[in-house]
Amino acid sequence: MAEQRALHEPFHEAERQEEADRLGMLVFLGSEAMLFGGIFAVAMALRLLHPQDYIAASSQMKLWHGTLNTAVLLTSSLMAALAVEAARGGSPRWAGRALWSAVALGLLFLGIKGHEYWLEYREGAIPGLANAHVGSAFEQLFMNLYCAATGLHALHLIGGMVLLAIAALKRSAREDRQAVLIGNVALYWHLVDLVWVFLYPTLYLAGAGQ
Amino acid sequence: MIAAAIDVEREPEDVEHTSYLRAGYSLRSWFFTTDHKRIAILYLFSISFFFAIGGVAAALIRLDLLTPAPDLLSNEGYNRAFSLHGIIMVWFFLIPSIPNTFGNFLIPLMIGARDLAFPRLNLLSWYIYIFAGLLTLAVVLGGGVDTGWTFYTPLTTMYANGMVVMTVIAVFISGFSTILTGLNFIVTIHKLRAPGMTWGRLPLFVWSHYAVSLIFVLATPVLAVTLLLVAAERLFGIGVFDPSLGGDPLLFQHLFWFYSHPAVYIMVLPAMGVMSELITSAAHKQIFGYWFVAFASLAIAVIGFLVWGHHMFVSGQSIYASAVFSFLSLAVAVPSAIKVYNWTATLYKGDIDLSAPLLFAMGFIVLFVAGGLTGLMLAMLAIDVHVHDTYFVVAHFHYIMVGGTVTAFFGALHYWWPKITGRMYHEGLARIAAITILVGFNLTFFPQFVLGYRGMPRRYHVYPEEFQVLHVLSSAGAGLLAFGYLMPLFYLVWSLFRGSLAPANPWGATGLEWTTSSPPPKHNFTEQPVVERGPYHYPLKHPASRGHG
Repeated sequence: MAEQRALHEPFHEAERQEEADRLGMLVFLGSEAMLFGGIFAVAMALRLLHPQDYIAASSQMKLWHGTLNTAVLLTSSLMAALAVEAARGGSPRWAGRALWSAVALGLLFLGIKGHEYWLEYREGAIPGLANAHVGSAFEQLFMNLYCAATGLHALHLIGGMVLLAIAALKRSAREDRQAVLIGNVALYWHLVDLVWVFLYPTLYLAGAGQ
Repeated sequence: MIAAAIDVEREPEDVEHTSYLRAGYSLRSWFFTTDHKRIAILYLFSISFFFAIGGVAAALIRLDLLTPAPDLLSNEGYNRAFSLHGIIMVWFFLIPSIPNTFGNFLIPLMIGARDLAFPRLNLLSWYIYIFAGLLTLAVVLGGGVDTGWTFYTPLTTMYANGMVVMTVIAVFISGFSTILTGLNFIVTIHKLRAPGMTWGRLPLFVWSHYAVSLIFVLATPVLAVTLLLVAAERLFGIGVFDPSLGGDPLLFQHLFWFYSHPAVYIMVLPAMGVMSELITSAAHKQIFGYWFVAFASLAIAVIGFLVWGHHMFVSGQSIYASAVFSFLSLAVAVPSAIKVYNWTATLYKGDIDLSAPLLFAMGFIVLFVAGGLTGLMLAMLAIDVHVHDTYFVVAHFHYIMVGGTVTAFFGALHYWWPKITGRMYHEGLARIAAITILVGFNLTFFPQFVLGYRGMPRRYHVYPEEFQVLHVLSSAGAGLLAFGYLMPLFYLVWSLFRGSLAPANPWGATGLEWTTSSPPPKHNFTEQPVVERGPYHYPLKHPASRGHG
C-alpha cells in the first residue's frame, strides 16, 4: 500500500520516473545557482573596484543578525535532511514533524531578517526610501547590493517554505519510502541554505574584523 | 502504480492509431493539451505571430532608410522601431523558434518516447511564453521603448523613455519558459530513450538540442538576475550599476553578454541540428564524422560561454582581457567549421535528392559561412575597432540569425511538414520560395557589409547621401525577402486542404520519426520501438518504403 506512487505519462516504470524527477530538480538547481551567480559576480566586481570601501561598508552590517540567521538556516536544512531519512525509514509522522520544523525555522529566519531590515530602516540605511541618509556613495551602492541579494534570497526562501509545507501536507509524500517529493523539496531547501552560506561571508564577514 | 499502467494498455485499438490531430477538436483539447506535438503546434502559431510583428518593425526601419532624410519616423520613433524589432525577434521568435516547435515535436519521436518527461511543465512553459508575449504586445501598444534590445545601463536605468520596466519584466518572464523547456529536454534525453537508443545512436538533431538545453538552463538565469537588477534600479532606485555611486556600467555589459552571446548559439545550434537531418536525408548517406558533429555541438556550447567579452572591445575593458576573448572567439569558430566541412563531405558522392529542404539547407551553408567568416573578422581586435557599431556588425549577425536560423527553420518546416500535418506541399513552389529567400536575403544584407565597412553606423536613420544607393538596394531586398517568407504561408496552408496525403516516410529517410504514421498517433508509436542501428543507416534496405504508409 505504501508503494502507491502515481505513475504518470510518459513513464512506464516508477524507478525511471523517480530518476527523472530527481534529475529535473538537479538541473533546476543548476539554473538557480547561475541566477545567484550573477549576484556574486556583482559583489566580486564591487569589491575588486573598491576594496577598502567594500570592507568599510560591510562592517556596518548587523553581524549578529546574520550569524544567528546562518545558524537558523543550517538547522532547518538539517530538519529537511531528517525528514528525508524519516520518510525512507518508514515513519511518516516524524517526516511531517521535521518538515514543519524546517518551515518554522524558515519563518524564524524571516523574522530575524525583518527585524534587521527594520533596524536598518530606522537608521535610514535602506536606500530608495524617504528617510534614507547613507554616508558615502559607496555605502549606498553596497546597501543596494545588500537589498537586492537578501531580497532575492528571501523570495526563494518563501518559495522553499511553500514547497516544504506542500510536502508536509501531502500524506502520500510522507508515506513514500523512496521520499521522491520530500527528497526533491529538501534538495531545493538545501540550495536556499547554501546560497545564504555564501551570502553571509560576502556581505557580513567581509568587514567583520573592522 | 500497476493500475495506472494497465489503464494505459487498456485503451482501445483505434485510439492508439488515431492521429494526434484527430484526438479531439475542442479548444480545450488544444489549450489544455499535454501532448508535446500539440504544444509544438501552439508554439508554431505563436512564434509565427511574433515573427510577423517583428517583421513589421523591420519593414518600418527599411522604409525609413530609403532616403537619407528622416521622412517616415521621428528620431524617437526610429529608436523604438529598432528596439522592438530586436526585442521581439530575439526573445519571442529566434530563441524559441526551432527548439520549442521542432524540438518539442521531434525529440520524443526521435528517441522513441511517448512524450517529454514533464508534459504539464511543457504546457506551462507555453503559457509563460504567451503571458510574456502579451506583456510585450502591451508595450508595443503603449508606445514601446527606446533602449535597444541590449538594455545598456545607465541609458536604460536613467534616461530611456517608454515602458522600460514592463519590457524588462516581459523578457525576464519569457526566460522561465526557456529554462523549463531546456530542463524538460535534458531530462527527456537522459531518461526516456527507447531500448537500444544509446548516446551514439541519437540523431544529431537531438545532440544539438541537448547542447542548446544546457545553454538554456545555465545562461538564461544570468540574464534574469541582470534584468531584475535593472528593474530594481528603475523601480526602487536600488541600482548596483549606478556610476554616480561608484558602480560600473561595464559590469552590466559583462553580465548581459554572458547570457547574450551564448544566446546566439541558442539560435544557431538547433539550426545546425536541423541541417544534419536535412543533409543526410537528401544525400541518402551516413553523416560524415558523426562524433565530430555531435561533440562540436557541445564544444560550441562550452566555448560559447567564454567569448562574451568580444562585444566590449571598445568599451574600455583591459586589453589583455580583449586579447583572450579575441582568441577564444576565433577558437569557437573551429567546431562550427567542422560541422560545415562534415555536411559538405556528407553530400560528396551522395545520391542527392535536390528537393526544397535541401535547397534551404544549401542556402543555410552559404549564408552561415558568410556570417561565420565575417564573425572571424569581427573577433580580431584591430578590425573590430574599425567596424564596431556599424552596419558591418548588423549584416554579420543577420547572416547568422536570419540567414542561418530562419533559413533552417523554413527548411525544417518543409522537411517535417508531411510528418506534422500528414500532407505534402507543392514542391515546385517550395523550391521557388527557397531560392527567393536566398536571393532576397543576400540583396538585403550584403549591401550592409559594404555600408558598414564604409562607415555607416548602426541605429542611425539619417545618413550621408552617398550611402543611399546601398540602402535602397537593401530595402528592395527586404521586400523580396518578405515575399519569400510569405510564399510558404500560402502554399503550406493550401496543402492542408488540397495537398496529397503524406506517406509515413516520404523522403526515404532513416530516423524513428519516419517509422510512425504521418501524422503520428497521440502516443507517437503503436508499439515501443527498439533501436538496433545508428541514426543514419543509409541506404535504406527498402527504398520502396517511400510509398509505405
